[in-house]
Amino acid sequence: MSVSSPLISFEHVRKHFDGGGGAPPVLAVNDASLAIASGEFLAIVGASGSGKTTLLRLANGLIAPDSGRITVDGADIANLDPIALRRSIGTVFQSGGLFPHMSVADNIGITPRLLGWPSARIAARVDDLMALVRLDPASYRDRLPNQLSGGQRQRVSVARALAAHPRIVLMDEPFGALDPLTRDALGENYRDLHRELGLTTLMITHDMAEAVLLADRIAVMREGRIIAQGTPAELARIDDADVDALLQTPRRQAERLQTLLPRASAS
Amino acid sequence: MNLWSDPRWGDALAHLPDYLGNHVRVSLAALALGLLVSLPLAILARHRPRLSGALLGFASIVQTVPGLALLALFYPLLLAIAAVSAQWLGFGFSAFGFLPAMLALALYSMLPVLRNTLTGLQGIDPAILEAAKAVGMTPRQSLRMVELPLALPVIMAGIRTAAVWVIGTATLSTPIGQTSLGNYIFAGLQTQNWVLVLFGCAAAALLAIVVDQVLALIETGARRRSRLRVAMGAIGIVLLIAAALMPSLSRARSGYVIGAKTFTEQYILAALLTQRLQAAGLPAKTRAGLGSSVIFNALESGDIDAYVDYSGTLWANQLHRTDIKPRDELVADLKARLSRQHVTLLGQLGFENAYALVMPRARAKALGIRSIADLVAHAGEMSVAGDYEIFSRPEWAALTQAYGLRFRAQRQMQPDFMYAAVAAGEVDVIAGYTSDGLIAKYDLVVLDDPRHAIPPYDAVVLLSPEREHDAALRSALAPLLGKIDIATMREANLRASGSQSASDVAKWLWEKIATKNAAR
Repeated sequence: MSVSSPLISFEHVRKHFDGGGGAPPVLAVNDASLAIASGEFLAIVGASGSGKTTLLRLANGLIAPDSGRITVDGADIANLDPIALRRSIGTVFQSGGLFPHMSVADNIGITPRLLGWPSARIAARVDDLMALVRLDPASYRDRLPNQLSGGQRQRVSVARALAAHPRIVLMDEPFGALDPLTRDALGENYRDLHRELGLTTLMITHDMAEAVLLADRIAVMREGRIIAQGTPAELARIDDADVDALLQTPRRQAERLQTLLPRASAS
Repeated sequence: MNLWSDPRWGDALAHLPDYLGNHVRVSLAALALGLLVSLPLAILARHRPRLSGALLGFASIVQTVPGLALLALFYPLLLAIAAVSAQWLGFGFSAFGFLPAMLALALYSMLPVLRNTLTGLQGIDPAILEAAKAVGMTPRQSLRMVELPLALPVIMAGIRTAAVWVIGTATLSTPIGQTSLGNYIFAGLQTQNWVLVLFGCAAAALLAIVVDQVLALIETGARRRSRLRVAMGAIGIVLLIAAALMPSLSRARSGYVIGAKTFTEQYILAALLTQRLQAAGLPAKTRAGLGSSVIFNALESGDIDAYVDYSGTLWANQLHRTDIKPRDELVADLKARLSRQHVTLLGQLGFENAYALVMPRARAKALGIRSIADLVAHAGEMSVAGDYEIFSRPEWAALTQAYGLRFRAQRQMQPDFMYAAVAAGEVDVIAGYTSDGLIAKYDLVVLDDPRHAIPPYDAVVLLSPEREHDAALRSALAPLLGKIDIATMREANLRASGSQSASDVAKWLWEKIATKNAAR
């Protein structure tokens, strides 16, 4: 991990949106600077409306900043072909974002197909990926997204993001809508994939516990600004009421679990 | 008579390949053109609220124009464009029949296709569109792989609505010269042949249902990703197109075309002319149900070769004259003037079909009314009924002015209904036709015109400029000239408003003429 040459960097990025119906413009991202090193798993935590989703959409060029610079692998993405950029980055959406009219296999193979891979190579890749996210290809390949459970849909979404061998994966509240058990399993599964495949992951979540469990580093956003960043241990030392409040929830949960389940923690 | 053993069914069935083929052709062409314009427009406008608003507004306004009026408006429009094109580009085209019908129907098909395509495309979850971008689709790929497939069921529903509308409205393209299943309905309505009307309606409805179901097959096939259903639907459409094109391929030179306006007498006379040409070995067919103002232009531009018109009508409508001349003088003058436009007035048939004020004999007697002059005193309490054009024609203005005639109310109705209406006391007086057989049937009386305010209406045969020097045509029609007197024509008209078809009555009429010719 080298901090001097990050894989993704935001440098003094600002982005505003016009308020609809004569409302004043909203400054969604305000002078944000952030660097993500190659191989790092960074989580961005903040309340809804704090600008974290905007930051993610800036990273793959879905929107352009008003000012400041975003680089991927040292290159300003303003100078890159946005289509090629997006094909080289995997994206996992909240509640999947799967194409409802395409089968599981077609959804997973979409980016390779856009890149013009031969169909045999796509089919083999789809089978590999389904095994990787623990879905049986034989029974799920031809299903439509509405025939899957929420957790299965999210597994397909992860497989789709990884299909074209991206170095970078962007995740927007990927496990937010799932039940706690599925969420935990899927999080662990992805964390392993991140390490095994040498990915660089930028994940958005409003759940500090999830961020602490999965990410190497956490950035906290409030009203468009990044107010703190660091490892969980570093965040714990920061003297900020908001950061403190965010950390309170997982701490309280951990303490209660300790007292309620003493044996589980002893082993 | 048993409805099913009625011989008119067979008569109707004989025309089916021609009428149905033409109906399918014009409907499919209109639908294809409509889709070709509407789909790209809707795709273009899907992210532009102002453009889509303007498009939907325009299509909605078009939809509020009654189908018959929309079709009728395209005729003069195309006529003007054809004239300009002939003058500036050196080629003209026929503004008659297929082209105006197809364009008007295509316009008519736009609203459901535009509205459903826009609704379908704009209704897609924004998260799906964002995902399409994020996986690396170009806008075009997103449209083709995601937006159109997801909007397809809604778009297909719009196409199905458009298809049903177009097939239904195409029945109204008969008056502007496009043969369609409407020929049954218009002819049946004019000759009170309800079997024909029923047949036309049933055939059009059946066609609409079949096309709708074929499209439904494609729609469900696309939705359920069933190649079989899509293929079956596509085969259905191909069969439909093949069936529509077959008669036109097998038919070589179509020969002479005889026109007919939209009333019984015209159907009989057109059938008579057609039969005479066929008897002389000339291929001929009838183009019936043409609007009264369309038919002369159609003759002038050669879309039809001959038809029967009336001297007073031509005098007022084509030459825009309001003065009145004696019968023979008017025909001679007309003949000279029309020949300058290269339209040949071949001659008079012998009878006059003039407008006349008609009322029940008993009522006229009771009120002491014998002429229009006698009517003036009573007119203030009376209502008058006439066909769709009489009250806006110059002759009506001249007539009412000459006598100072003013009625309490005016009503327009289907010509064949007004005789029954006046007999039943529904209206007091009608502007009828002197050659109509119903005058005798309902015991009505024709009021005298002592001031000669109504111009003469001699039935005359007109030939198109193209047929000006056609000796075969002239000699085939010559035996008819001067041979049909008013009594014979009245009886013929009466027969045709009964259960006899126009072509049967034409045959009866020819026998009368032939025996008369032989007797002399």
